[in-house]
Amino acid sequence: MEDRRPIACLWSDTQALVAVARCWSGEGGTRYLALGCEGSANKLGIGIIAHDALTGTPTVLSNIRHTFVSPPGTGFLPKDTAHHHRSFFVRVAHEALSAADITPSEIDCICYTRGPGMGGPLTSVAIAARTLALLWGKELVGVNHCVGHIEMGRAITGAQDPVVLYVSGGNTQVIAYAEQRYRIFGEALDIAVGNCLDRFARALEISNDPAPGYNIEQLAKKGGGVLVDLPYAVKGMDCSFSGILTRAEELAGQMRAGEKGPDGEVLTPEDLCFSLQETVFAMLVEITERAMAHVGSNQVLIVGGVGCNERLQEMMGAMAAERGGSVYATDERFCIDNGIMIAHAGLLAYETGLRTPLEESTCTQRFRTDEVFVKWRK
Amino acid sequence: MTTPIPPFPLPRVLTYPTAPGPPPLLIAQGAEGRLYKTTHLHPSRPCALKYRPPKPYRHPILDARLTKARIAAEAKVLDRCRREGVSVPAVYALDAAAGWLMMEWIEGVPVRAGINTWLGERGEEGEGEEGPIVELMGRMGDAVGRLHGTGIVHGDLTTSNMMLRPVVGSTTTDARRRAVEGEVVVIDFGLATQSSSDEDRAVDLYVLERAFASTHPRAERLFGHLLAAYGRTSKKAPGVLRKLEEVRLRGRKKSMLG
Repeated sequence: MEDRRPIACLWSDTQALVAVARCWSGEGGTRYLALGCEGSANKLGIGIIAHDALTGTPTVLSNIRHTFVSPPGTGFLPKDTAHHHRSFFVRVAHEALSAADITPSEIDCICYTRGPGMGGPLTSVAIAARTLALLWGKELVGVNHCVGHIEMGRAITGAQDPVVLYVSGGNTQVIAYAEQRYRIFGEALDIAVGNCLDRFARALEISNDPAPGYNIEQLAKKGGGVLVDLPYAVKGMDCSFSGILTRAEELAGQMRAGEKGPDGEVLTPEDLCFSLQETVFAMLVEITERAMAHVGSNQVLIVGGVGCNERLQEMMGAMAAERGGSVYATDERFCIDNGIMIAHAGLLAYETGLRTPLEESTCTQRFRTDEVFVKWRK
Repeated sequence: MTTPIPPFPLPRVLTYPTAPGPPPLLIAQGAEGRLYKTTHLHPSRPCALKYRPPKPYRHPILDARLTKARIAAEAKVLDRCRREGVSVPAVYALDAAAGWLMMEWIEGVPVRAGINTWLGERGEEGEGEEGPIVELMGRMGDAVGRLHGTGIVHGDLTTSNMMLRPVVGSTTTDARRRAVEGEVVVIDFGLATQSSSDEDRAVDLYVLERAFASTHPRAERLFGHLLAAYGRTSKKAPGVLRKLEEVRLRGRKKSMLG
């Protein structure tokens, strides 16, 4: 530590100076710690991350998640989901602390999801985060859920300045960074792609455990004999999924009634899942490719729950390879909503001086990705 | 991590040893396909060949269906615009199943490049005179308005999909001014559809507005001049602008929660 001082003092970076001051004063160690609380949809996640105070290198200390799973044929309702989060918060928080092997006194800030998401679940977790902050005497940092996904994806994969495809149950966005904001180049004009998949799973009464999208993916792997014709709706860099869902639900109804498809083909759940995936993923890859061509990038990062679909990753990889680039994706620990991404993005903001005073520690269902001023990037 | 883009095999139509002339030149690899500069019928007649190669990521049946439909639709739309007097490239030849379309070669640079040259390294917006760029925004609005007037929506309006055809015999000497002069020629009708509804036209403008704001954040406030010019192009245009307000709100709302 003594050896580092002269080097660090040469840095103009305030972050390094603050770190050195901390070493001298004996306050804290050479790392920052944040606890992140996520609960914008049906996953309750709490994670603890450490940032090296001098290099900023992040280390995941713990990442615990508990998912509210609704019965087949139904979706998760805000009221039940909020109840789930309230019931499990203390248990998940304890688990996160013991897995990280730290005490609350070592933590620098409590980060929580400010939005976007479902009102009830967001509120439950925001209240729990406030309680922790008051209990332990810590600063609060409100985090944009989408920015959390992007920053975690960048940290895990090492992608420097990729075009980001953010696909989940609530969001479908093609994002690129420019002038301190994550700018949205394309998005779904109606429902999110994950919502389209989830609702189709309900139409087929597929299990929601561990996730409807995962079960569609497994069924699709067994299909592929027939590609059923579905609408294909791309408008520039935007797309639309509601018409496709309507048609897919219609076909599911015909299948249950024992009818054949429009071309006389025998309809099976496997082929319907296959056709739906092929169609909606082709649309996603197409709008991503258009954004990449537009900004002149050849790196693409996929984040969000739908991002762990291996078929989507494979299709994106084929597109990126053709452009001389590569695809970056993470596995379910970081793709699916989690607390660690909130901790990571919150800590990045905390290090630039951002705090959310208790009286402003609200949450909101609508919070656009491009509303966040990204102070921690050049 | 970054490997150079491998050279593409030429589409078959460019491999026939026909008229002598310069070898085909790959101009751009857009998301839509590849654009070659080659010649049509005579070595002195330059043309653009748009080729939609098979997409390896897409299911072959879906791919063939989309490619064929898009080439045929694009040719139809270009032909219609041409007949109605909108500035677009003329169609020379096509083979929809093979995925290619041969068009008139448009000289000049994309509007995106022109605007960027104009903006240059200037830091703050609102400095200095703005006449030439305001006029350009007006010509863009006018071009989109007249396009919509023919019953066509473009589907992918960006400043990369509009060309600035240089003025023949221009006497402008200032490089910045010259960068934003010229006729606006709309290109790349790959996603165009026939529609006269206010909704579709408003979405077309919305796509342009968002692409403009993301590509030229420093010139964002000039977009109003484009809309003003658009509003003057037809009796229906003011209604489209009112619809645009709705689309903006809906876009904002729907982007947050499914």
